[in-house]
Amino acid sequence: MGTRFDKLGAVIAAIAAYACLFAPFATFRANRIVPGEARSMLESLPPAAGWALMAIVTAAALVALLRTPLMLRLGASLAALVALAVLIGVAGSFLTPQDNTYARVSPAHGFWLLVFAFTLLLADVLTRLALSPWARMLTLAGAAACLGLLLASGSWDSLSILREYAGRADSFRAEGGKHLTLALGSLAAAAIVGLPLGILCHRVDALRAGVLNVLNVIQTIPSIALFGLLIAPLGWIAAHVPGAAALGIRGIGTAPAFLALFLYSLLPVVANTVVGLAGVPRAANDAARGMGMTGRQRLLRVELPLALPVILTGIRIVLVQNIGLATIAALIGGGGFGVFVFQGIGQMAMDLVLLGALPTVALAFAAAIVLDAVVELTSIRKSEVPS
Amino acid sequence: MKWLPTIARLALLALLVAFVTSPGWFEPLLKPLTENNAPAIYNQGSLLTLTLLHLRTVAIATLAAIVVAVGLAILVTRPFGAEFLPLSRSLVNIGQTFPPVAVLALAVPAVGFGEKPTLIALFLYGLLPIFENALTGLTTLPANVVEAARGAGMTPAQRLVKVELPLALPVMLAGVRLSVVISLATATIGSTVAAKTLGEVIIAGLLSNNLAFVLQGGLIVAAIAVLIHDGFLALERMAARRMGRER
Repeated sequence: MGTRFDKLGAVIAAIAAYACLFAPFATFRANRIVPGEARSMLESLPPAAGWALMAIVTAAALVALLRTPLMLRLGASLAALVALAVLIGVAGSFLTPQDNTYARVSPAHGFWLLVFAFTLLLADVLTRLALSPWARMLTLAGAAACLGLLLASGSWDSLSILREYAGRADSFRAEGGKHLTLALGSLAAAAIVGLPLGILCHRVDALRAGVLNVLNVIQTIPSIALFGLLIAPLGWIAAHVPGAAALGIRGIGTAPAFLALFLYSLLPVVANTVVGLAGVPRAANDAARGMGMTGRQRLLRVELPLALPVILTGIRIVLVQNIGLATIAALIGGGGFGVFVFQGIGQMAMDLVLLGALPTVALAFAAAIVLDAVVELTSIRKSEVPS
Repeated sequence: MKWLPTIARLALLALLVAFVTSPGWFEPLLKPLTENNAPAIYNQGSLLTLTLLHLRTVAIATLAAIVVAVGLAILVTRPFGAEFLPLSRSLVNIGQTFPPVAVLALAVPAVGFGEKPTLIALFLYGLLPIFENALTGLTTLPANVVEAARGAGMTPAQRLVKVELPLALPVMLAGVRLSVVISLATATIGSTVAAKTLGEVIIAGLLSNNLAFVLQGGLIVAAIAVLIHDGFLALERMAARRMGRER
């Protein structure tokens, strides 16, 4: 008896049952800051759509609960997630009175619980399928395309997050650009400085412990403290070094944020370069030396290619970490998606918080998937090379 | 030379304690950073109280995270929960891509402003490194030791308490260290949602353009983080030595 049920499925079915029956599906507010009124699934949707969603969710929960084939579980989770994504938009236009631009409809925790439950199912299926790196990137691209399609079709336009977006589309794009510049620019700078530093640390024993210790201490300092600590010295440089201010170096703003992210990024890059180079098999190095390669040829043609997967793992850590940390740059005037997060917190407008937080999470998530796949691809190639 | 790092840490600790208990002594040092006769020492609350509240928030969240994360790790490494093992690994990977600030900000709509969202964010985010390391510790035990324990007639519960957990302890402690360092940072940002932590000093400095506040807040937080990090490293070394697993 017990073997016919899936344990994870039982958890998913329980969450789905609670979310359908007892939790609100959407919240309606007369304007953006008054407390909302909860609406259940059947109240938030036209009757036909409401019952259809109820049926889809129930069927998908049953598929999860029983021991069913993997492909069926995949189909069920996708069907439930797509239905939820499309119908929350329908709920938005259904609940908003005609021509009312003040009313706000947002997904309530019942909706989020359902999304969580079926994402759990999807994650379980994808984990068990053990997709190849290329398949994982294709899946990500597919998901991004679906999301883009939903956004472009305008079916979500009546939801509160997109109402917030509509009012500040320009600044959203500008802050998004700044966010990416901060995260990617500091990563590029860290790679340019960190790689040679890592190679140097690998070659010079005396340097290794010292450099890594200093970088470790920097990594330990909380982000906002480091941002703050850099304001004073950068302000001093801007005031006393001729030409510095013209280059955009100032105590407040992008400069301290960029420098802080750069400093945080150094440790993973340097440490992983050192570990990667230390892991190069001695035989490979000896063979290269036997072939008469110079030190530089060995480094470029043998050591770095063999250490590449480990170095890329360091880059992956840095990128995901930077995308998250760049949010905090907004506190010192550095811009980025954090602007919306902290503005939203200040105005107690949670939709605005989500407008800043959701793209950050999505970016970090996508970066992690792509770089994980790249790391795996480079390590596969390495093991195919006859040693 | 060998004692130099220890002496440096003790000096840092002494300086930190002196600063938070009698910040007045350091006023002349910070005064040049202020403009228009602004106060040089944080005056909207006691630095000592804020430091203790900061540490208390981190301690509560970390203790809760340890209990839940280690409990879950034990569960998914037993035969009963083995079904959840692959999923829990991917969930931890996904979870760690969430920026701590996002977790903090998303907790506010659920529970309102104050200490609560900070505790929730610290707890949720703190779970991940502890769980990941507990999982690593419990799944990479030397097979011969576990076999020997079984051969000696130990029950599964005895094996867990007397063999598996002690052997996994150093790796688990490393997870707790990562978690505490992240929590100290996230708690600092918690003051943007009205939690009473040291972040208040930095934010007040940023808002009133008072570099002295920003600097003292930053220095206190940084010193605490570095000292706690090093304290955990020392603990890990001790635990590893006791288990005969030299690091």
